[in-house]
Amino acid sequence: MNEQPGTSGLIFNEPLLWDKSRKGRCAMSLPKPDVERTLLDEHLTGDAPDLPQLSELDVVRHYTRLSQWNFGVDSGMYPLGSCTMKYNPKTNEVQAARQGFAAAHPFAGDMFSQGALKLMANLEHYLAKITGFDAVTLQPAAGAHGEFTGMLMIHAFHAKNGRQRSKIIIPDTAHGTNPASASLCGYESVNIKSGKNGILEPEAVAAIMDEDTAGIMVTNPNTLGLFESNIREIADIVHSKGGLVYGDGANMNAIMGIVKPGEVGIDILHLNLHKTFSTPHGGGGPGSGPVAVVKALEPFLPIPRIIKKLDTYEWVTDCPDTIGRIHTFYGHFGVMVRAYSYILSMGAKGLADASKLAVLNANYIKESLKGTLNLPYDRPCMHECVFNDLFQKETHITTMDMAKRLLDFGFHPPTVYFPMVVDGAFMVEPTETESKEDIDQFIDAVKAIAKEAKENPEKLKTAPLRPKVTRLDEVTAARKPCLRG
Amino acid sequence: MRYLPHTTEDIESMLKVTGQSCLEDLFDCIPDNLKTKDGIDIPESLSEWELNTHMEALASENIACKDYKCFIGAGRYDHYIPAIIPYLISRSEFMTAYTPYQPEVSQGTLQGIYEFQTMVTALLGMDIATASHYDCGTALAEATLIALRTSKKVRRIAVSALVHPSHRQIIQTYISPSGYEMVEIPYTPEGRTDLTALAGMEDIAGIAIQSPNFLGNIEDLAAVKAIADVKKSLFIVSFTEAMAYGLLKTPGSFGADLVAGEGQSLGLAKSFGGPGLGLLAGTQKQMRNLPGRLIGKTHDTNGDQGFVLTLATREQHIRREKASSNICSNNGLNAMAAAMYLATVGKIGIREIAQQNHDKAHYLKESLLTAGFESVYETPFFNEFVLKAPKGFEQKRTALIQDKCIFAGMNLEPFYPELKHHYLFCATETLSKKDIDQLAKEVK
Repeated sequence: MNEQPGTSGLIFNEPLLWDKSRKGRCAMSLPKPDVERTLLDEHLTGDAPDLPQLSELDVVRHYTRLSQWNFGVDSGMYPLGSCTMKYNPKTNEVQAARQGFAAAHPFAGDMFSQGALKLMANLEHYLAKITGFDAVTLQPAAGAHGEFTGMLMIHAFHAKNGRQRSKIIIPDTAHGTNPASASLCGYESVNIKSGKNGILEPEAVAAIMDEDTAGIMVTNPNTLGLFESNIREIADIVHSKGGLVYGDGANMNAIMGIVKPGEVGIDILHLNLHKTFSTPHGGGGPGSGPVAVVKALEPFLPIPRIIKKLDTYEWVTDCPDTIGRIHTFYGHFGVMVRAYSYILSMGAKGLADASKLAVLNANYIKESLKGTLNLPYDRPCMHECVFNDLFQKETHITTMDMAKRLLDFGFHPPTVYFPMVVDGAFMVEPTETESKEDIDQFIDAVKAIAKEAKENPEKLKTAPLRPKVTRLDEVTAARKPCLRG
Repeated sequence: MRYLPHTTEDIESMLKVTGQSCLEDLFDCIPDNLKTKDGIDIPESLSEWELNTHMEALASENIACKDYKCFIGAGRYDHYIPAIIPYLISRSEFMTAYTPYQPEVSQGTLQGIYEFQTMVTALLGMDIATASHYDCGTALAEATLIALRTSKKVRRIAVSALVHPSHRQIIQTYISPSGYEMVEIPYTPEGRTDLTALAGMEDIAGIAIQSPNFLGNIEDLAAVKAIADVKKSLFIVSFTEAMAYGLLKTPGSFGADLVAGEGQSLGLAKSFGGPGLGLLAGTQKQMRNLPGRLIGKTHDTNGDQGFVLTLATREQHIRREKASSNICSNNGLNAMAAAMYLATVGKIGIREIAQQNHDKAHYLKESLLTAGFESVYETPFFNEFVLKAPKGFEQKRTALIQDKCIFAGMNLEPFYPELKHHYLFCATETLSKKDIDQLAKEVK
């Protein structure tokens, strides 16, 4: 086994901000007052907010130390299933920071914002070409926000057709955001089980699809990493009853240049720019969740929309069937600049190569580890593969134990305990930007851990040993919540 | 392609393991009739240097590429951003991490956001703040949904006509599919929410008021609270200018149940309107109704302090269709940047900057009155206010942008048709006396 990346180094302690605070310090260069001081009415004026008082170096050292307790894609392999933690190119940050973009005021007016509008119009166009749809909105702020937008459009479509429906079909492998987004539109989720191959069977859909069902939400490839090869038949069944097919594009990274969801019967699809299109996830966001639709649904897209008149771009709001507005301005423009830069850097061939190599990496891991970990669905996978801890049950080692031990080896663990259809799921998505050497190292680490599980299970129970903290007491955190200092 | 590390040899040896003869065969599990016949019709790839040229050309088509003088706000404010904020937030351990599902290697994000939650509660005088939302408008829409769900029977929410126009539209979008209704509370000739009209409204689950409101005026939150109590409605306060609370009494001190705000002013670029930062705070009683992530303090097996995502049983990945919201990704990195900003300015800095905003705005108002503008409201304001412009101002305004890079106010007529020739002005600490004097001279 090659040397693993994880090792021990000097880790700094760092107190909470207010424990460092000393009265009288300020880390801001305060502008000099040059106009007369005007006092606000006393009855409206509050006390100065009790914020910590620090010097500039205090602040710099605080956040530098905090950052060193974190693991990011730049630190090491981050094979978090369904999250597509690929490399976040640095030139994208340079582009988003250009003054013409970063300093742009959203109310500057169309004629003074042509660069921003043109970029957004181009990005809409490229995303339409990648997915095979006719129209795109960039307004949703994240994937779940895109799902909600899509559900609102389905709701508006049925309302326009004169009869609202009450239910929506959601597979048991779906992300939790799917049923939660449907609920926000008042739809009742009807659960459908995937077949024994891990994919949806048309007969199962036909059995529950009726004229009171608004449609179906399908993630393709699904969260088991399997391609829903019956998608066209399923779409036909749903369409024949007047329903619509919503595609969750969280896993689009597997099929760029191979399958265009707009060509296989899907009516609406959201994308995650912070997954497939390489924008950084930022420890929780901001993301961006554009929604692509077929022509018939274009009138329902949120406002404002961009149109091109001769050589200039402008915002339009005069769309009678629109679902309305879903973001204060135009969505997460700064994230769009990064995704646009990525698409231009990759080109059509680069995007297709990315998908092919993402699928190669996942299949390589699946084949390399399937004797080590149990593989509930032993089929060719797409960009991710799902194992579980069945082989480790004998020594009472769980997926969580193995995940925590991986930290000591210098890897971020895969997604664990999701999808829920696999007991103790261990869901690996390597992405295309990991090299064969790094993947081999990961495979060696998992094998070493599986060996430890047999020979020295106690070691796994106490893992991780190398990070700043050991396992945390989440039960107490939830029972006696302490949400501020 | 420099992001793809695979050599031809790598691919060959990996395909041997997977059992395919070429990359295309990896997709044999997809029926042929589902595969696309044509490639992706987008431009050819650009080198890093070609990309720079292309992007700078686009950026320079925005007037923002020049150093412009920003006398507009309306939801996006021009404030100084200390150099350490972009420097520190660019640390890739923060930027390239996912949501902190593995707390042992995410303590940086977790402690940072715990500190953010704490400082937001201090800024707003509330018990609890979430780990962030997308923006003020979506946070406010979620707050109205909390009020509507809490009341069960009552299906209406009252929203001030002086809540940001986009935010009112978002609320409408969010609540109408569930059959809820939004009623607008009109405003008075003093540019404040008409509390007499509000007092006359029956059956309302919640009252949403923005302060400072869209016209810049500070609302009488104590009076709104009294009405909310009588009506047993949830009292929701929103704001688009977080800097105001460096000077104003907190929404919490007036008894707000929920506060939704925009945090862009706290160290974030205007970035053509996004991503900003949705702030969402509530009283202790609202803890389990709040949407999205919350970070809590706990300890590890050695008894050392640590932080985790907590109260997840409200959230979609556990509760699915019964979750308090569908939110998953929030605006975490911007929350971290705002925390850095709050730690940088501190108690002394935020008060001084807020005071300077107030000073400059009052100086600007006086200067424009002298230059021939008419006063409209005599209501206290923070850093935005409305004036009626002299004839011919609109043409002058456009010319000022084009020729001198000065954004002189925003026309209110598209938002409030009755406010013809009325402009919303803003002044922050970034405008000097000289800038203001120049504007007054130009518009005379």
